[in-house]
Amino acid sequence: MSDPVTQRYEALRAAADEACEPLIDPDAILVRVGTATCGRSAGALELETAFRESLDKHDIAGRVLQVGCMGHCYAEPMATLTSPGLPPTVYHHLNPFLAESLVKSHLRDTTPIYDFVLGGLEEHDLVPALDYLPRYGMEHRRLLARCGIVDPWSIQHAIAMGSYEGLARALCRPADDIVHEVERAGLRGMGGAGFPMWRKWAMARKFEAPRYLICNADEGDPGAFMDRTFIESDPHALIEGMIIAAYVIGADQGFIYVRAEYPLAVRVLENAIAQARELGLLGPNVMGSGRGFELEIMQGAGAFVCGESSALMASIEGHRGMPRVRPPRSAEVGLFGRPTVLNNVKTLSSLPYLLREGAEAFSAVGTERSKGTAVFALAGKTANAGLVEVPMGTTLRDLIFTIGGGIPNGKTFKAVQIGGPSGGCLPDDQLDVAIDFDALDEAGAMMGSGGMVLLDEDNCMVETARFFLEFTQRESCGKCTFCRIGTKHMLDLLTDIVEGRGTPEHLDKLVTLSEDVEAGSLCNLGKTAPNPVLTTLKYFRDEYEAHINESRCPSCECNELFAYYIVPEKCARACDACVGSCPVEAIFTNRKRLKVIDQDLCVKCNACLTACPPDYDAVVKISPLADLPPQEPRPDAGKGGE
Amino acid sequence: MAEVTLTIDGQTVTAPEGEKLLWAAEKAGIYIPHLCAHPDREPPFGGCRLCYVEVDGWSKPVTSCTEPVAEGMVVSTRSERVDRLVRSGFELLMSVHDLDCKVCPAKRDCGLRLVSRKTKVKLRSGTLPKLDRGLPIDESHPDIGMNPNRCILCGLCVWVCDEQVGAGVLSFAQRGLDTRLTTFDSEPLGAHDCPTDCMRCVDICPTGALYRKAPPTP
Ligand SMILES: Cc1cc2nc3c(=O)[nH]c(=O)nc-3n(C[C@H](O)[C@H](O)[C@H](O)COP(=O)(O)O)c2cc1C
Ligand code: FES
Repeated sequence: MSDPVTQRYEALRAAADEACEPLIDPDAILVRVGTATCGRSAGALELETAFRESLDKHDIAGRVLQVGCMGHCYAEPMATLTSPGLPPTVYHHLNPFLAESLVKSHLRDTTPIYDFVLGGLEEHDLVPALDYLPRYGMEHRRLLARCGIVDPWSIQHAIAMGSYEGLARALCRPADDIVHEVERAGLRGMGGAGFPMWRKWAMARKFEAPRYLICNADEGDPGAFMDRTFIESDPHALIEGMIIAAYVIGADQGFIYVRAEYPLAVRVLENAIAQARELGLLGPNVMGSGRGFELEIMQGAGAFVCGESSALMASIEGHRGMPRVRPPRSAEVGLFGRPTVLNNVKTLSSLPYLLREGAEAFSAVGTERSKGTAVFALAGKTANAGLVEVPMGTTLRDLIFTIGGGIPNGKTFKAVQIGGPSGGCLPDDQLDVAIDFDALDEAGAMMGSGGMVLLDEDNCMVETARFFLEFTQRESCGKCTFCRIGTKHMLDLLTDIVEGRGTPEHLDKLVTLSEDVEAGSLCNLGKTAPNPVLTTLKYFRDEYEAHINESRCPSCECNELFAYYIVPEKCARACDACVGSCPVEAIFTNRKRLKVIDQDLCVKCNACLTACPPDYDAVVKISPLADLPPQEPRPDAGKGGE
Repeated sequence: MAEVTLTIDGQTVTAPEGEKLLWAAEKAGIYIPHLCAHPDREPPFGGCRLCYVEVDGWSKPVTSCTEPVAEGMVVSTRSERVDRLVRSGFELLMSVHDLDCKVCPAKRDCGLRLVSRKTKVKLRSGTLPKLDRGLPIDESHPDIGMNPNRCILCGLCVWVCDEQVGAGVLSFAQRGLDTRLTTFDSEPLGAHDCPTDCMRCVDICPTGALYRKAPPTP
């Protein structure tokens, strides 16, 4: 092959391979510390310093590298150690003291510290491979393949690990050809609606240039963090994907719209873009192809509605982030009035793999109408909070229990909330639903952009619906009647129910309003806002009814409907743990030396329940309040303070 | 410009290509409730959501202020679904509108009263509680008063001030139910240099949210 693009790519690859030799050499000593936001919040930067200091102290010539996140956010801070005699080994739950021990034991003496080993990256007799973890048998890592392994600050490392090969291949083909390839692969948008990517391309290409390309990295769903983690871990996958998409639609300018609350992601991207420009991957002549493409980062102020595509474009233009009516579609009239294609981070980042490996490889996993893999951010009541990537078609049950490790603290699963404020809550009997755009839709949830929040027996479903409604109401842009005012009335009705003022009419009104807001709102924020209410009403109606008919919150989460109570038969008398834990001095000792809660003072902070030693387990929650046994008044009640 | 022929409520109507259904209907004397639309407002705002109509063969009602006419289209301005949306939307608007008609300067010109009269939906909703916003009234301007508690956020004043007058004095602020009409930088209206005698915002306001101040009593 001798065309200029291939030549240029091969030169880049050769230079990168050479520059990265020390990172690939199996006999070199290398410590990779996961320093994405999840790692940092668990103390990864301190861990990194500790590794450097220990290596110095023990006079070991090794390198310490910052990498992103492997998806095991629950196990941060993590590090991967490479040294002669052992496979690259992933350690979890580290701290600076362990860094010192690991340098001595693992790096110097070739003895792993097994208590903290998550797994090896290669087969080896001494360290069980990561692949043997049950979750790895179900996961299928494509987008996440390099996350936590590649150095996000180094384009050389990315290239040495395969970045920009897909681009080189794409640039050697006619754009039409790539549209067909992506159509055959069946790649659908991962930002929410699952719109086929090729169709947006085909539409935009019909309208005259200049055209724009936008990456949506606004990620506003509560509990979602996959786009952030992904950018922090493998930014070049996104940049490469955007250059490919820009080539196909003939855009010479692109934007990445990131929320300003993601400072690390922004810094990683800025650095990656500068490096790509330096190597001629961005700029007037992309990889010697004669085509130009420039990429700019736009920071949003973190309004949820700015994730909606037309509001996002208004925001880039400097206007208030308000969605506009369609048609025209943005593929025809988008940013600055020009044809524009907008995609989610994960959609664009899928392109390098797709073009490197081809449509057949891409669609080799997945279901009939949802091809490839799906990335989720697991949060809430899950043992393994973090990122997972599974083939489409995996059941929710496998994802939640095998990969996610189930519900922690011996609690029982109640519901999974998928798709954020626009999504729905599915109960246990829906867990055999496959992860697939259409199957999830049918169940009342939606794929959304990958947020997955788990709820257990302590979560009240009415309160959950209220929480999401409060969010959408606060984040409504205020433009249209149904979303601005309708969601407020819905929120008020839900607040009445969780505070014990609900009546059967509340439910009727809630349903009517939900239907109207869904049918009448201008954009998808409003149209989907009722989903959390409608799905909880569908699957957990009994909880609504308990609140309304019996003033009872079955999960004892709604403060107005339950009380803490110390069971006299269980109270150890001599123990003062609960008394000391109470921040408002609501617990007193009666004449029989039993502890009693002054209900007028109690602020329901749960401290006494946690403080009471498991041997006694004397503090319980009681709902409805009518079931609270009669309690004696405080002996000094009425006397006032001293 | 090419003309298209369509049917609205059984009546044959011709309209220039690209015209929105709402205006084609209005010219033919067919009423469709609307509060935020203006023939010159492009792209249409689509915020009040009262102008829903049914189009034969379409699965859901659409807003007529945003939907262009098309040859052979069959439109009905009433249906069970449309009536429900209009009633619900209007009741929602009225649940945040201060109903102080006795003192409100809009009087007979009130766009809300027109919608109520035409659609037979009462001004005071029987089903939804009134949400009081208690926003401050701004009378700092020599000629214009601004009572955001009467405002239904149709945005006509913002549009006229920005795009027709070019003054850019008015804008929206906040989100959710707190969204309100405000001035640039939230300064009092009086602190802005409105063009002399420009009353375009007052004239276009369908409610009494922006009004001519009574001449000072000497
Ligand atoms: C209120 C609202 C918020 C949204 N937030 C996001 C977001 O944070 N990230 C995202 O990719 N898409 C978001 N979307 C979906 C986008 O409008 C758009 O459909 C998507 O980015 C298209 O990309 P895709 O085709 O790659 O899925 C949001 C939509 C709505 C209505
Ligand atoms: S007139 Fe159509 S939405 Fe207001």
